[in-house]
Amino acid sequence: MMDSAKPVWLTASLLFVAMQFASLPYSIFGQEQALHYQQKIRPIIVDHCLACHGVDEATREGGLRLDQREAALKGGESQSPAIVPGKPDDSELIRRITSSSSDEIMPPPEHGAPLNADEISLLKEWIKSGATYEEHWAFVAPKKVPLPNSQYARPIDALVQQHLSTKGMSLSAIEQQNRLCRRIYLDIIGLPPTPGELEAFHKDGIETTIDKLLASERFGEKWARPWLDAARYSDTNGYEKDLKRDQWAWRDWVIRALNNDKPYDEFVIEQIAGDLIPNATQDQIIATGFLRNSMVNEEGAIVPEQFRMVEMFDRLDCIGKSVLGLTTQCAQCHSHKFDPLTMHEYYGMFAYLNNTYEAQSWVYNGTQLNKRNEVLNAIKELETQIKNSRPDWAQEIAKLEEDCRTKQAAWNAIKFYDMNSISGLNHPTQEADLSLLMKGHTSGDVYFIAEPNLANVTGLRIEVLTHPDLPFTGPGRNAVGSWGIREIEVFTQQPDAKDWQKLKLTNATADFSEPEQKLDEGKSTSGPVSLVVDGNDATWWKADRGTALRNQPSVAVLQFETPLSAPAGTKFKIAMRMTDMVGSCRFSLTTTDKPTAASMDYGALLAAQVPAADRTPQEQRYLFDAWRKSMAELKDLSDQIDSQWKQYPTAETSILHSAERPQRDARVTHLLQRGEWDKPGEPVTPTVPAAFHPLRDDTSPPRLKFAHWLVDRESPLAARVAVNRVWQSIFGNGLVETAEDFGTRATVPEYRELLDWLAVDFIENQWSTKKLIRKILTSKTYQQSSQVTPQQLELDPDNRLLARGPRFRADAEVVRDMAMAMAGLLHHQFGGPGIIPPVPQNVLDYNYTYPSYWVPATGPQRYRRTIYNFRKRSMPDPAMSAFDAPNADFACARRIRSNTPLAALTALNEPIFVEASQAMALRILREGGNSDASRITYAYQICMARSPNENEQKVVMQLLQQQRQRIAEGWLNPREMITGKPDQLPELPAGTTPQDAAAWTIAARVLLNLDETISKN
Amino acid sequence: MKITPEMMARRWFLQRCGIGLGAMAASNLLHQELLANTNGDSNPNPLAPKKPHFEPKVKRVIYMFQAGAPSQLELFDHKQELVARNGQLPPASLLEGYRAAFIDPKSGLLAGKFPFKKWGQSGMELSEVLPHLGEVADDICLIRSMQTEAVNHAPAQIMMNTGSQQFGRPSLGAWSLYGLGSESENLPGFVVLTSAKGTSGGASNYGAGFLPTMYGGVPLRSKGDPVLYLSNPPGIDSQTQRESLDAIRRLNEASLQSLGDPQIAARIQSYEMAYRLQTSAPELMELTDESPETLAMYGIKDPKEANYARNCLLARRLVERGVRFVQLFHEAWDQHGNLKADVKKNALDTDQASAALVKDLKQRGLLKDTLVIWGGEFGRTPMVQGGDDGRDHHNRCFSLWLAGGGLKTGYTHGKTDDFGFNVVDQPVHVHDLNATLLHLLGLDHLKLTYRFQGRDYRLTDVHGNLVKDILA
Repeated sequence: MMDSAKPVWLTASLLFVAMQFASLPYSIFGQEQALHYQQKIRPIIVDHCLACHGVDEATREGGLRLDQREAALKGGESQSPAIVPGKPDDSELIRRITSSSSDEIMPPPEHGAPLNADEISLLKEWIKSGATYEEHWAFVAPKKVPLPNSQYARPIDALVQQHLSTKGMSLSAIEQQNRLCRRIYLDIIGLPPTPGELEAFHKDGIETTIDKLLASERFGEKWARPWLDAARYSDTNGYEKDLKRDQWAWRDWVIRALNNDKPYDEFVIEQIAGDLIPNATQDQIIATGFLRNSMVNEEGAIVPEQFRMVEMFDRLDCIGKSVLGLTTQCAQCHSHKFDPLTMHEYYGMFAYLNNTYEAQSWVYNGTQLNKRNEVLNAIKELETQIKNSRPDWAQEIAKLEEDCRTKQAAWNAIKFYDMNSISGLNHPTQEADLSLLMKGHTSGDVYFIAEPNLANVTGLRIEVLTHPDLPFTGPGRNAVGSWGIREIEVFTQQPDAKDWQKLKLTNATADFSEPEQKLDEGKSTSGPVSLVVDGNDATWWKADRGTALRNQPSVAVLQFETPLSAPAGTKFKIAMRMTDMVGSCRFSLTTTDKPTAASMDYGALLAAQVPAADRTPQEQRYLFDAWRKSMAELKDLSDQIDSQWKQYPTAETSILHSAERPQRDARVTHLLQRGEWDKPGEPVTPTVPAAFHPLRDDTSPPRLKFAHWLVDRESPLAARVAVNRVWQSIFGNGLVETAEDFGTRATVPEYRELLDWLAVDFIENQWSTKKLIRKILTSKTYQQSSQVTPQQLELDPDNRLLARGPRFRADAEVVRDMAMAMAGLLHHQFGGPGIIPPVPQNVLDYNYTYPSYWVPATGPQRYRRTIYNFRKRSMPDPAMSAFDAPNADFACARRIRSNTPLAALTALNEPIFVEASQAMALRILREGGNSDASRITYAYQICMARSPNENEQKVVMQLLQQQRQRIAEGWLNPREMITGKPDQLPELPAGTTPQDAAAWTIAARVLLNLDETISKN
Repeated sequence: MKITPEMMARRWFLQRCGIGLGAMAASNLLHQELLANTNGDSNPNPLAPKKPHFEPKVKRVIYMFQAGAPSQLELFDHKQELVARNGQLPPASLLEGYRAAFIDPKSGLLAGKFPFKKWGQSGMELSEVLPHLGEVADDICLIRSMQTEAVNHAPAQIMMNTGSQQFGRPSLGAWSLYGLGSESENLPGFVVLTSAKGTSGGASNYGAGFLPTMYGGVPLRSKGDPVLYLSNPPGIDSQTQRESLDAIRRLNEASLQSLGDPQIAARIQSYEMAYRLQTSAPELMELTDESPETLAMYGIKDPKEANYARNCLLARRLVERGVRFVQLFHEAWDQHGNLKADVKKNALDTDQASAALVKDLKQRGLLKDTLVIWGGEFGRTPMVQGGDDGRDHHNRCFSLWLAGGGLKTGYTHGKTDDFGFNVVDQPVHVHDLNATLLHLLGLDHLKLTYRFQGRDYRLTDVHGNLVKDILA
């Protein structure tokens, strides 16, 4: 079905209302007047005028603005007031929209059709009655309206009935209990009740059942889905290579947060800025994976900054759709034409998110966290012992720092003008500190060209550096942030010379090298730093210090065999070839005689350069470690620390998350002209849009402040958007149909007062999603029968008026989970890595990069809940797409349901559905009694939570008889029907035959495909 | 008159239900009511045929997308200057502000690998590796002045197909279906056929974006089930399938009676259509009714072998059956190296069948109201990549060709400079091309809009000028 397909009667009735307003003397005040403005007047102005006379200064014509009253009264450059309150005939606006001159008529013919007579008379009446502007309803904080006197005690029902009575309608009767039970189960946990649960429901009643289900672990597995859609969650990076990423820890965080009923404001705050909450926990850092769910381009030769900007746009788009209910995309390139969001304000919000690293960290499970804490505590204890044994430790470290600063050779970092890779796949960039950053596609060979001062140069230094944008801070780019350098070569080209001269490097030293190791049957060698100058690409330097200490800098110093002097203008080229790519490094030259690398870990030398007050805990540790290792007397304790590090646990998985850039590495945000990444305009500081509630003034870091602002109690949007999304999941449509857009172009909702009441109530109840769901599910409005009369269908085809209960086909994941549950296949297990579902080979074959890891799960894992399925962006699961699951390329706040033959084929023939029909047949034979009649009843209870009527009994019975007959005649092979294999049989329930199982496989497949089975009710 | 639930459901169904495979059943009343209801724009069934904005030149489209970016310099746009200056650096003035994807732009110029020939009455200049296209040179319209912004494959493919480098926008095929509806009884209105390998842009190249999913392209697959999950499970034959569907229908009809929800009526129709598709899709893929001459014309040796040539013939069969938009994807053209051999191989794989499709459509009288497009996502550099046998990505100019109704024939549009670096005359941006493609379908790209997130989106965003000069 489609949204734009409004039935004709609706348009007609709108017109009718419009004409009524036009012909009556204008005498509506207060609330109604505001509503009239919002429903009738503003849409005319928005649709016909604001493209040229709105918020956007850049496209504003004639200096005239019509979205604000004062501006409209003042008029534009022509100096004549566009609107003269009370006097439509003196108003330039009316003159222009009714003009017969093609030069004068507004909107200009090339911009759109003229206003129709009704629109014109509505505007005239409005001006006549004073031309009062009202703020857009969704931009004013919601209030609870006084509840009407009503026969209904519950506020939802009172408000709905009040509105229905104005239409001469009323709430329908309560749904049949069985159906209601199934509805409640599907809405809370996304699974149908078992026959036993159905029985319990009749005993326990509605409220107890609701509470029981809200407390179930299955709750989060159902309710995470809409948020995962909005947060564009995926297990791959997208774009052509579409490689795997580890992000399921975030998905599990969402499920857990919902199960724990984490208040929605905290839920959002942690996802935007959990890392900035004081003493942030691992979970709070995982939460910021929300921002990192953007696609990542790893195509060859890309410029990483270009696609970082695309990710930034995506993040704001996602926050706009999921939290703000505001469209933001327009303002990337120009001020929003309809909503109060200027381009400057867009980049102001952008700036809150822009000062971050694209970090990746390990995620430890409970056992590992305990082990980690144990190790860290033991180390702390040993360090305390060391400190106690040497009371002057601080001064001694200060002395060491001093030596680091003064006793090292002088090195000049090289500024390059040409940085590239031989393959062109990677384009390194040089940072302000002259370090080279190599993000984007990995490449084994890079080169850098400079024209440094070459007078008596004796040595070349490479610092292999960590960077928070690299995996686990690097320095390497492999799966653990490690690296290997095969060879470093240096060439010069004197001015006017044609050829490059290769220079000999020798006497390589490093702060650390791994011991020599033979690999690949002795053909290659890794370890000592000398391997980078041995002229052999099959050997490489590695400096991996093991799991706990791997991600730290290293240094190597290479001597020129003969000191290098060359005239000015001589080109100096470094070529570096790697096994696993280095992500960040810096090259420097020295004239010191016979330079070597100090043996202390290089992190300490770097930390010594940082003013003591600015040092991070990690930098302090580097210095402490260097000091303790330098003290012979501490050897015993020091060795104990080193052996503790070896106990450090290996993590279960990792997470892409946000991390704030410190002051010394702060990133300035620029407005991007026309939204183009390489056209930075004026610098922008973090700001929130002026038309909304103000930012609270506190000392939190900016991104955390922004996170609080998004879900501030004063926010007009946050609670409304959240409540609306919950309503949408339960009723099929939101109270605001465009769940992602509450702006001025969104239709004013039928039940605005209800939405506002629920939004305020949501905040008053500490943003509790479970309480909100409970409130909705205990209402009569929810519990109405979904049976629809022809009259209701005629008057209200989409059930916008809520005079009947919700009925619609369940979401893709629920449809699949239901089939597995009804078959008895569903295997409950919380969380963990994505489960690979079966996908046809002819789909797999058309990946750009073949996913060799795509080995469908077998055994119980195959039948986990669909929320745990591995989701690959460029290969959306076809079975789920057929039921309208979005593919996570971008945020999706609302699924549009379709009803297609492709979905029918999926439910009939897709392997999981087929396996479900086979398993369900066995279940029915096992549990459903000895006659086909009792089995049919049981099957109906499993699938539809009710008994079949006589006709239904007859149809299924006839199908069974037909199939038994055909099997008996030899037309069908029962084994193949039950197992898919012509010669295999499963273990059959006692007293049943393969013929029973085969006939019942057919019947189960039919029942699993019924509209009632896959729908709510 | 008393309204019964069935009548209500049927009316509702006709008005509002999109079922993804175009118009409804041939065998029942719905069908006739539908046909009676297809002559105006007021029909709210989203997939019912709709009137275009103005008299269209073409009714259907076959887009042969050459993914990876074919080298215009080896195929369509010969540059004598490159031969003369082979190995020399390009003039510095050309490179100001220029960004190539892989290479340092200060790389030597590379002469085209193949001689060109003049073809047909028009004397259109094409590479000697495209002899079959040469035969239809007088039927095609060649654009040498295409331009795009993107220089990486995935964003550039998305740009060509959806008008934006950002994922999430509807594809040209989806917009066409949204604008014009589907005329196919038993097949999807937008069909996708893939050869070689998967594309960089993936499924988003033919997706529905923010439009309802029913407008997205449906891949027809050469191996396995042509439509996913088309085959019955093992052990279930067609009679049992029919008996199962009869049971489903009867049980759903009973629900419709008791619940009155018209979605149930739509579900009944979807299952019936699925059943018909189980016959119509395999029938389509079966080439046994094609004459040996036809197969030979396309260069199809084994009718069962999945390849580009077979997809070209399938494209014709699809449009014959009323499919609105067929898109072929052939991802093979990314010649950073091995330029000469691989371009030649790709030409061998695609030239004959592409040209045969034009000939075949013409001889069947279909070309006059079909639009055929052949092209990739950007061009390739006049400068060498690697030794002397590769070219990098180039977005300043590339070539593509069109054929079909409403277009000039034997006509070459646009001109690049002597190096094949910049467009010097009649530039055609992606948005201009897309505006023109919609125009040929009778759609005004300024008016074909969809309200999403409060904004009326267009295929051409806020850009696009009609390329009037290529119109007949």
